[in-house]
Amino acid sequence: MSSETKQILTTDGIPLEVSLKKAEKKNKIKAFLLVAPLLFFLFITYVFPIGEMFTRSVDDKMITNMLPKTFKAMEKWDGKELPPEEVFAGFYLDYKVLIENQTQGKLGQRLNKEKNGFNSITKKLMRQIKRNKIDESQSIKEQIMKVHKRWRNVEYWQAIKRTAPPYTMAKYLKGMDMYYAADGSIAQVDEDRRIHRILWLRTLEIALFVTIFCFLMGYPIAHLLATLPMKYSNLLMICVLLPFWTSLLVRTASWMILLQQQGVVNDFFVMIGLVADDNRPEMMYNKVGTYVAMTQILLPFMVLPLYSVMKTISPSLMRAGKSLGGTPFVAFWKVYFPLTIPGIGAGCLLVFILAIGYYITPALVGGASGTLISNQIAYHMKTTLDWSFASAMGLMLLSGVLVIYWIYNKLVGVDNIKLG
Amino acid sequence: MALPSYTETRYRIWHYFYIAICTFVFFFLIAPLFVIFPLSFNAEEFLVFSEGMKRLDPDAFSFRWYHEMVYGTKNPWGLAAKNSFIIAIFATIGSIILGTLAALGLSSRHMPYKGMIMAILISPMIVPLIISGVAIFFFMAKVGLAATHTGIVLAHIILGTPFVVITVTATLSGFDHSVTRAAASLGSNPVNTFMKITLPLILPGVISGGLFAFVTSFDEVVVVLFLAGLENTTIPVQMWTGLREQLSPTILAVATCLILLSTLILISAELLRRRSERLRGINR
Repeated sequence: MSSETKQILTTDGIPLEVSLKKAEKKNKIKAFLLVAPLLFFLFITYVFPIGEMFTRSVDDKMITNMLPKTFKAMEKWDGKELPPEEVFAGFYLDYKVLIENQTQGKLGQRLNKEKNGFNSITKKLMRQIKRNKIDESQSIKEQIMKVHKRWRNVEYWQAIKRTAPPYTMAKYLKGMDMYYAADGSIAQVDEDRRIHRILWLRTLEIALFVTIFCFLMGYPIAHLLATLPMKYSNLLMICVLLPFWTSLLVRTASWMILLQQQGVVNDFFVMIGLVADDNRPEMMYNKVGTYVAMTQILLPFMVLPLYSVMKTISPSLMRAGKSLGGTPFVAFWKVYFPLTIPGIGAGCLLVFILAIGYYITPALVGGASGTLISNQIAYHMKTTLDWSFASAMGLMLLSGVLVIYWIYNKLVGVDNIKLG
Repeated sequence: MALPSYTETRYRIWHYFYIAICTFVFFFLIAPLFVIFPLSFNAEEFLVFSEGMKRLDPDAFSFRWYHEMVYGTKNPWGLAAKNSFIIAIFATIGSIILGTLAALGLSSRHMPYKGMIMAILISPMIVPLIISGVAIFFFMAKVGLAATHTGIVLAHIILGTPFVVITVTATLSGFDHSVTRAAASLGSNPVNTFMKITLPLILPGVISGGLFAFVTSFDEVVVVLFLAGLENTTIPVQMWTGLREQLSPTILAVATCLILLSTLILISAELLRRRSERLRGINR
């Protein structure tokens, strides 16, 4: 009985529930179709290419493709003593093909990265093969071993075997100043050559301190802007918004002018007698320059979220705190400050995320001791052309940023980012 | 910010200290921009204030570098400015269209996986530019768009849409959906409703997002450095090379023009924001 009375039909005779569900689904598809063009565009041009960076960073197919017969024969070799005749024969045949295609140089260079000394012995072998000194009817193992004593050293054959897998994590290890040792275990680079770890630490340090400086400078002025009457605060807001809208390069250029040795800041220090005229401190091309310029450039990103939170705090709360017997400091610390924590979180995370990936400013005012991990990535992209290493470092940086982005999304929500 | 007369001395001191800190920070924020201004009129070739400038000697000032910027021989700025404007305008149009559509979808309460999709759409703003640059470069090189205007425009659409998405969703959050239903009930089709009802109401948000997209493209250098050939040089690229190699006051003349441009953009953005708040009935 109940099913007959409760079954409400639409005018078309379809049960209402079904009809509503249909409409709901239609609305969902409609909404999604609006987002689809941008989502599709971003996936093709942005998300997939970032994924491609990953395949590029672990890709080690070059040698795998160059020495197919060698690696096939090596499958049966235990890797402890000198490999058997088949491995030598496979290597000889593969190498002959490479010489015919004139790509043997790449193999030598790549193997030389794996173990020093390969370049010269592969060249020596090439000359022997080109002069037809290798007799294929006799033991190739004996003949190759005669070319150079290193071919008799098992370590070199172990190095070749290590390059067999088509994928490698070597670039990621290199980014953390580690490498695969001869026995395949992971080893640390010598202490005086650990450049990447210094860079990672410096990047973290600079991002952290810039965030702290931005907070210390941004909090008071956000408070002032939020508590002043509208007509004054609008005027002062320009001081925050004008740098925000001004080109990053213009702002960096102005800091280069200010901080140079004959610059305005040094002139001022000399004028007030802080430093001697002939002993002007170097403030650019080091960490000081990076700190000062990055703090000024990122400060608006701290002030704007703080301001928008402080704007919503009623001044009567502070008055209530004071009237209940708190000193202004206690009232501030117990009432006002806790209410601003969402703004502090939003501002600090945003500044930290932006600071950790900074490139332009450190490259121009940072010099050697103020450069960050981004500069190293650019260096490998443009100068050494080691794109797979640049990709690996980029993804290591990206994974750090995405963790902070995830926290930001949980705490603040990406749709709450304040722009101006 | 006058203090009541009963304020104790230590709070009075603290208050003046606080005002002093704020003054210093505001000065720190805005002063660097004003250094460029007088130096761009320097008659000499150095990027420091000459003795004559300090004495305000009229002979120490000149329009020499502005003249150089416009008429100089083998001058890159003309081409760079043309490229910058073309790229920024097309990137802005693309960002506005894609971003506004996406924001309309995201603001619908029927949108599935809203949080995740929003996070993906905003990500180009968060991911360090150097990583975006590497990824976009790999893509553009593969499809043969490296060192073309099209490639740079597409890259800047990627970087610009998050701003449009954010501003338009913010505008739509205060949007009264009954007006579109009213239009629909009066027989208007969805396209007509959008053009005549929705768009005029969210237009301030769309334009201010567009301004952000324009500035992002106009100011962007990291990705362009990866993508651009000699033909595609832009103002930021020229400034970058200039600042790295020969520091000439011409750069300061260009920088002054850019500051004037950003002042104009700031004023329009502020006016738009106020208009938008008025339209949406937010009283401050």
